[in-house]
Amino acid sequence: MPWSRDQLAQRAAKELRDGFYVNLGIGIPTLVANYIPQGMEVTLQSENGMLGMGPFPFDEDVDADLINAGKQTITALKKTSYFSSSDSFAMIRGGHIDLSILGAMEVNDRGDLANWMVPGKMVKGMGGAMDLVAGVKRVVVVMEHTSKEGASKLLKQCTLPLTGVNVVDLVITDLGVFEIDKHGSQPMKLLELADGVTLDEITAKTEASFVSALR
Amino acid sequence: MANKVYKDAKSALEGFTFDGMIVMSGGFGLCGIPENLIIALRDSGVKGITVISNNAGVDGWGLGLLLETKQIKKMVSSYVGENKEFARQYLAGELELEFNPQGTLAERCRAGGAGIAGFYTKTGVGTLVAEGKETKVFNGETYVLETGLVADLSIVKAWKGDTEGNLIFRKTARNFNPMMATAGKKCVAEVEILVETGELDPDAIHTPGIYVDRIVQGTFEKRIEQRTVTKRENA
Repeated sequence: MPWSRDQLAQRAAKELRDGFYVNLGIGIPTLVANYIPQGMEVTLQSENGMLGMGPFPFDEDVDADLINAGKQTITALKKTSYFSSSDSFAMIRGGHIDLSILGAMEVNDRGDLANWMVPGKMVKGMGGAMDLVAGVKRVVVVMEHTSKEGASKLLKQCTLPLTGVNVVDLVITDLGVFEIDKHGSQPMKLLELADGVTLDEITAKTEASFVSALR
Repeated sequence: MANKVYKDAKSALEGFTFDGMIVMSGGFGLCGIPENLIIALRDSGVKGITVISNNAGVDGWGLGLLLETKQIKKMVSSYVGENKEFARQYLAGELELEFNPQGTLAERCRAGGAGIAGFYTKTGVGTLVAEGKETKVFNGETYVLETGLVADLSIVKAWKGDTEGNLIFRKTARNFNPMMATAGKKCVAEVEILVETGELDPDAIHTPGIYVDRIVQGTFEKRIEQRTVTKRENA
């Protein structure tokens, strides 16, 4: 069985470490916040200007001045700080954020990422994605392994306009987990398979080349 | 003595608007937008505006109001996904659009206000954003040259302000407002609470009054785009 959305988030949560400052993208990456291990201290950054993001508010506590980067109402924590967008991206671009978990349309085996634009369709914009992948220490992509049409999203070359070049460290799909040596020349490695997924199946559904490093 | 306090948004914009102008407008989504100044800008009838703003409002609110009246010629933004009228005008070729990565946009405003003509960033290297721009290698890594941005007018929203134009923002409504306040040749701020000088703690001021030419107190709708809540467990 391929991993469900929640299982993907659960697997991505294994990349968290105690003391990490983390930026979570919209969609499945947001769910990772639900799987922070007990006893682990992780501080969530929201690029619209907040460090120490809390859960959604109770109805009576909703504050229009307190939203996350997905424009959802949220809450603060005791440790929360607020800052401007330029300070926020100084944090991001300056390499002070430990981990960014975000979605993707395509990734290649050198860590190139495309997740903001499909030519010919209305383009909504890249938001903070280009800054995050360029500046955050470690970039983890969570995505479906294949498109709705069944085409591999792990490619030799991305076909869509890029968000960043040599930026992705780890790709978690519903079929397995791949490690990318983004600054080196090591081949992409398959680290894990989702329960019930075979090496043959994932090989057939992956256009990019990789070596198996399954234990 | 110069008086920075104006009685309403309309009078606060008088003499500061002209056709073909560049306007910076603070806010992230609908959070921390200068609601009343946007409406006053619409009512001024000024045309052909280039608007620098992270987002483009929604249909019927925020910068969406200026799109409805076709007063905007061009948008410089990082994300415009929440606005159908925007998409319609763009796809019909009626509206120009320049996408900037969000952090690059923020830094371009900061740089413009700080007298920095350009800066090198890793953001966007190897992507469409860097096409046609100068690149340079520092310590083995490639950076792209981005330029500072200056506007004819910046309109910003703060929580508290004093008659000197000192501003304090609240929570995530700060976002682009402080940088944009510095990068406008003229800056008009609207605040929820306007006090006399001396009533704000000087250590708590986010934007010093030197950047603010005019200030106006307003009332705010503060619309919420995504109202997400935690349900209380039944006791």
